[in-house]
Amino acid sequence: MKSLSEIDTTSKRASKAIGFSWGVAEEIGKSVRLLELFGLEGIKTLNRYYNLKIKEKFENLELINKNNISKKYPYCPIILGISFLDQIRNLEKFEIITFNKISFPLLVLPFLSRSSEIIGKKINISFEKTEFLLNFNVNISSNLLNKNCPDIANNVEIKIIDNKDNFLEQDWKSLYKLSEETFVEETDSSKKGAAGAGLTDND
Amino acid sequence: MQVLLRSPNKIMKLSKLGSFHQSKLSFLRSFLDEFKDWEYKRDLFDLDKKGYGTVIYSFKKKERVYSLICFANEIDEEDRSDRVIATKWDAAFTLHDGTPSKNDIERLRNEVPKQEIGRLSYKELTLSRANKSIRIFNHVVDSLSKGNQPDLKLIEKVGYLYRTTAVYGSGKFGLADRFRIKNREEINGPFRLEMMLVYLVRQFTFDQVNHIAKSKNPRNAVKLDSKICKKLGIGNSTGLGMAPFIVNHPTLLNNWILSREIALKKIREIKIIKSNEIKIFKNSLSNSIKHITSWNTESEYQQNKINYLLKDVQKFLKFLETKFTFGASYPFNEIYLWLEQNTGDECIEYIVSMMMEPFDYIIKPLISQMSSEEDLYFTIPTHRTVKNLKDIIEKRYSDILKINFEKEENIKNFWFISKNKEEPRYANRFEENGSDLEQPLAIARDIKKLHGQILISKVNLTIDKFLIKNSDLRHVVRRAFVIEKFPYSEIQDNTIGEKVIPIDMLRLKLSFFGALKFDPRSDKWLRISMFQGAPLPNELKNFDQQWIYNY
Repeated sequence: MKSLSEIDTTSKRASKAIGFSWGVAEEIGKSVRLLELFGLEGIKTLNRYYNLKIKEKFENLELINKNNISKKYPYCPIILGISFLDQIRNLEKFEIITFNKISFPLLVLPFLSRSSEIIGKKINISFEKTEFLLNFNVNISSNLLNKNCPDIANNVEIKIIDNKDNFLEQDWKSLYKLSEETFVEETDSSKKGAAGAGLTDND
Repeated sequence: MQVLLRSPNKIMKLSKLGSFHQSKLSFLRSFLDEFKDWEYKRDLFDLDKKGYGTVIYSFKKKERVYSLICFANEIDEEDRSDRVIATKWDAAFTLHDGTPSKNDIERLRNEVPKQEIGRLSYKELTLSRANKSIRIFNHVVDSLSKGNQPDLKLIEKVGYLYRTTAVYGSGKFGLADRFRIKNREEINGPFRLEMMLVYLVRQFTFDQVNHIAKSKNPRNAVKLDSKICKKLGIGNSTGLGMAPFIVNHPTLLNNWILSREIALKKIREIKIIKSNEIKIFKNSLSNSIKHITSWNTESEYQQNKINYLLKDVQKFLKFLETKFTFGASYPFNEIYLWLEQNTGDECIEYIVSMMMEPFDYIIKPLISQMSSEEDLYFTIPTHRTVKNLKDIIEKRYSDILKINFEKEENIKNFWFISKNKEEPRYANRFEENGSDLEQPLAIARDIKKLHGQILISKVNLTIDKFLIKNSDLRHVVRRAFVIEKFPYSEIQDNTIGEKVIPIDMLRLKLSFFGALKFDPRSDKWLRISMFQGAPLPNELKNFDQQWIYNY
């Protein structure tokens, strides 16, 4: 089994070799490490992308807008991912950001994951029947477990999710009521002796 | 009285860092302190008459066990090489997490002796190999087998029976990643388990010579005297592999240096020094003289440094005896100021290390702050502006900005990774091929380039926009934001210039390991000794804290 440290170093060096700058290569090393840590196919996908990158062209999306359309080639997942990470504070206001086609979308996930941590909001990425939820860089949820992630993602939608409960108030009340059963009724004397129960707070 | 921390611009120069000495903050000393109340055991001793076979040692506390597995092998004389490119060694070692099963031992028997081309697992924490120092090893075995103790002069001259040539950890070759162990209570300082490996290897060397001597002559052989054992450490040959580490781990480097600087500041701020503290300092100082005089090296560069050190320490001793009294207020501040005025870097840093000896209450809390969660500082704060970046660079890299990188002498060398051994190397850019594959270790040059780009950019531009056109400088943009928070994170020198002495970078790291007797064999590699004078495992429960000066 390869260690995460080996995965990071080798991905970084391979990324420099394929033509990225050292600073970008460092980002890729960390990203592939994160994918593998979360049980996703980072090494395999990066390898497939680099094999294709030698032969085919990809669009570098350096400034992300609300709607992003590449007319000819699919977007490079690395440059798109880094741009997303760098520009996340501006992108946050869009709430939904779309891309018509991204190559190897799995490679974008670590950048979205780190972006989620920066703004403190969950980020959802969906295309066709695939969906990933990035949770503050703590984990990545997906409906794609044990299935291959497509090499091309069409009509991609990235949604920045506002911090709100994902349960009904009714569910909360019901659970809270149950939790009350751990509380004990206070007597008058315990009320008098509790913190903040002095005659004055100006002492 | 408040003393300021020493300026990074002064401390982080290579010549200064290359004058650092071991101290109470050093990792091998803090390792001994941490593990002194662990149960030490030799779990397996299965060597043949010639000393080849398997040995296992362990440290245990409650449910936690660390086991060193040693494989001693027979190799041909011509295969014995200290170069990192060697493929066979007299002995190979791994530190296993827990008690190894028979299957683990068999698996490791196949992998550990292969070192870099073997594969370890997440159950192994560190990996190393070592070669015998033949002249002393054979002499010790011969002497013991005849019922005699070895020649003390030779023991003191060489200082070890075995020399390691690499100690690997943190995920190399499949070893456990640091994240798996970093939250363990006992791993509260850097390189703890690397130090444990070296310490237990030292014990293996004693057990092996005793065993071979006994096998040679069962009737007359004697054991190596424990006082002589203590005079022996473990040697180490170290090359450039260490140098990039301190560039690649800026927050870690900061935390090491900052701890040292905070220690010095706090000691200088003590108004009254107690008599027992004075005694510890003075004893350490006078006992240390014999280490300076027994510091052997053929390197003219190091000999000069040692000569200056000896001269300066003697000058300092005279000052202490004739012109100084500890009765005055803030005596260590007075001492430090005198040292700055009257001695060189070697002596200043030597005495700074020694000042720490009496003050466990200052040093111990600092030890747990010497690790770093580096990933926390990896993401570039891209919402900041070019103006912010410019201010940081001009404040933190002021000396670097004065270097003219148009001059050939200032870009003469480059760092690269060798194809055959995946090890860092250093070469002349104008004489050797490969500079197009240069590693990102020329930080000074790249910072200057970044500053140049900043000067032609709009000051209110945010970093995310700046990076669109300057992706090639991303690695140094990241570093600049790191140094903003971690002032000691960067070497304030040009690491590719004509005058660079790469072993200064090694010496810095090795001093924090706790290495002694730096012996440069060229400007690119050196030999050192570790754990010389250290207590033996059966003495750990109660040992002399100043052992490093008192053996």
